[in-house]
Amino acid sequence: MEELSLKHHLPDAILTAYAGGTLPEAFSLVVATHVSLCDECRAALASLDAVGGALLEDIPKADVDENALAATMARIMAAPPQPPRTFRTQAASIFPAPLAEYVKGGPEKVRWRGVGAGVKQAILPCAGDATARLLYIPAGAAMPDHSHRGLELTMVLQGAFSDEVDRFARGDVEVGTEDLSHTPVAEAGEDCICLAATDAPLKFKRLLPRLAQPFFGI
Amino acid sequence: MTTVGTPKPSLHLAGTVLAMRDGKNSVVPETSKNLDPWTKCLIEFKHSQDAEKFAELFAHFAPRVKAFLMKSGASATLAEETTQEALATVWQKAEMFDPARASASTWIFTIVRNKQIDAIRKQRRPEPEDLPWGSEAPPSSEEILVVSDEQANLRRCLDELPDSQRQMIEQAYFGDLSHYEIAELTGLPLGTIKSRIRLGLERLRYELKKN
Ligand SMILES: [Zn+2]
Repeated sequence: MEELSLKHHLPDAILTAYAGGTLPEAFSLVVATHVSLCDECRAALASLDAVGGALLEDIPKADVDENALAATMARIMAAPPQPPRTFRTQAASIFPAPLAEYVKGGPEKVRWRGVGAGVKQAILPCAGDATARLLYIPAGAAMPDHSHRGLELTMVLQGAFSDEVDRFARGDVEVGTEDLSHTPVAEAGEDCICLAATDAPLKFKRLLPRLAQPFFGI
Repeated sequence: MTTVGTPKPSLHLAGTVLAMRDGKNSVVPETSKNLDPWTKCLIEFKHSQDAEKFAELFAHFAPRVKAFLMKSGASATLAEETTQEALATVWQKAEMFDPARASASTWIFTIVRNKQIDAIRKQRRPEPEDLPWGSEAPPSSEEILVVSDEQANLRRCLDELPDSQRQMIEQAYFGDLSHYEIAELTGLPLGTIKSRIRLGLERLRYELKKN
């Protein structure tokens, strides 16, 4: 099993929204991908699921249909035989299983589109208001200087980047909010691949990146 | 990849013997007075696939699941439909229930939540990679009891919270708050549960590395 010394985890509010089932799909993808690599957040999530269990146990009962049990048994008998139980573990690539399902494979399956200066991206289809995309930043290159209107979660899958806040390596998640304006720079060495989710278009500061914004499709 | 065969649902009444099919499954801790009765019932069902045990689980959980769904905004019709689907999934997936990781109510909550995202919000729910819990080293009775105790403790604390705090938590789980509106859940003993699970994960990683 992969062992990472992660420094930057998911915020509690994001984990709670994921446990409660209200987090938009794009952010949920980042949560599932991070939790696949992070036991700390996996344990936190289990404790938040337990809150859901306690609420379920405590809720005043509703009346179910008189024949509900029989109807449920009929569903069970009519269901096709369950396939053998399969654990979805340890994708062989740098993409953990939940991400690999969206891409239908590893990095070689991504349909990258150049967005200038060697930076490439691929939008992943997600329902709801938030967008998820993969970013490819060549080693040593900078992402356009930008700030955020909404929330942005950026998780590193390969390589590392640094910005005004800190250094982020594989598994780490940077949380961008309205207050954060930053210029992530990919470290020398390995090209940097990130999974990012946003629920509002980014605001770019310089003229050139602003022109580039339509290409980002965000 | 690890595969474990799932027994087909069968309606014959197998009695209430706790079959240890492959000798590796956890057994109900016999000595315990404290084990949550519904977790006990679900462990028994997991091993026996007994329709009467399932009926007991159904009688307890179905009215709560339906209430939960209606409180989350589903109509009575949709809630009934989704409740039946969720309880059918309880039968089909009982094999995967691991009492060292979650109580019966927590495990069933996760099934209901996922059905709700699917049926009501019409979104996909990306799930983390699985960990083959329980298949490497079966949980001990003690581990099962700890989870059960902590769940009971959590429920008590939830009951004793000031109304405003409890309301905030309910809103987060019944879908009335966005991630922007959710604050940290304070006043609940989540740290204890988290560190228990964290220990379990460390043990599991260690076992996996050995093999
Ligand atoms: Zn984490």
